[in-house]
Amino acid sequence: MPSRVMARGIEGVFHDLGEFQVEGIVPDLSPREETMLKNLSADAIIVDPAVFAHSSQSNARQYISAYTDAAIVAFSSIILGDEAARQYDAVLNLYDSPADIIHKLRSAVSSPREHEPSGKEELSAREKDILICVAKGLINKEIADLFNISIHTVITHRRNITRKTGIKTVAGLTVYALLNNLIDASSVE
Amino acid sequence: MKKDNRFLSPDMKMSDLVEINYRLIPVLSRLGLNIGFGEKTAAQICRDTGVDVNAFILICKMYSYQGYLPTEDALESADALSVLKYLHNSHSFYLDDGFRNLEQLMDRLVAPCNRQQKKVILDFLGGYRKEVENHFEYEENVFFPYVESVLEGKATGDYSAAAFEENHSNIEEKLNDLKNIVMKYLPPACSQRLANEVLYALFSLSEDLEKHTNIENLVLVPMVNRLEKGKEGNIR
Repeated sequence: MPSRVMARGIEGVFHDLGEFQVEGIVPDLSPREETMLKNLSADAIIVDPAVFAHSSQSNARQYISAYTDAAIVAFSSIILGDEAARQYDAVLNLYDSPADIIHKLRSAVSSPREHEPSGKEELSAREKDILICVAKGLINKEIADLFNISIHTVITHRRNITRKTGIKTVAGLTVYALLNNLIDASSVE
Repeated sequence: MKKDNRFLSPDMKMSDLVEINYRLIPVLSRLGLNIGFGEKTAAQICRDTGVDVNAFILICKMYSYQGYLPTEDALESADALSVLKYLHNSHSFYLDDGFRNLEQLMDRLVAPCNRQQKKVILDFLGGYRKEVENHFEYEENVFFPYVESVLEGKATGDYSAAAFEENHSNIEEKLNDLKNIVMKYLPPACSQRLANEVLYALFSLSEDLEKHTNIENLVLVPMVNRLEKGKEGNIR
């Protein structure tokens, strides 16, 4: 974040409201700082999109995600186009109240968006297997044991299923499974 | 909506306000501001109807401007009881109009489907209605009475607006699921014309519920927070 004033402002807000703290400030994107970014164990990276040239504005997120899994939040000193704003997990504005900043960060951190390239949108065979289990009411642990995979892998599959179908709830996934003939009604009664 | 950027204000003609954003029509009806405005301003009509115009304009702004956050001044000047009345009437609107309309459309939409498809879709909608009813019931029976007692300056016990906000669950999730189910996986036997209507109803209900939740979290809760703080101040 290049502006010291903005960085200090965020530190001030964090200091006053607790909950978050500044792990480090990356003043620029030189190779040395890229390493710094890689080693930072932060939940969220707050970036001023002004550091990116206008032409690379829309790839800013991709650029930063190469170094970190953290949620990426824009805090813009320039006016951000819709297209550019959409890539961030949240966008902070200079006139946001401290409470609002915390609010936005909290939701950005709790639900980092999936940004893997979305080439194939049909469910894979494994994803269908897992969806069937979810629809039948199995919990993650049971599914993991059944397929001999880790719970973490089950969660990743479920996240991908939701990303592809747009369906979040178990009840909704059950409807999906039935309408697509993956299960029949007798197995969910 | 070409005039979308115009500022909504109390001395604007009510008809102009609706012209700026026709989606405010249900907001008016929930506050009992009847159509047939004549040349009256929003302020005049609100006064005649006994609705606080600042609360009305604040709700209209929450409704019209994406990402709008009320200013401290706006929260200070708006009457919390009018906001409460609006939220209460919205609840009845969702259950009596919004949902009923959706259910009737959905019934007709899935009529040509096989028994199993019909059942799973209608059960999902029924389950969602139940969830929304419970959500509203909690607000009507616990949170709103608490707000009223704070407004009257009465002692309030352990409960607080913060506790409400903490537990304020997301009721749009299943509605979103339903949108996707209809959009992507609707059985081919269904009528396209009805599918249009259902989708339109789903999108507008979900947009409306989103605004509703925002008014609760970003208007009512901060208003009550302020009163709670004021009271602590008085005790000290």
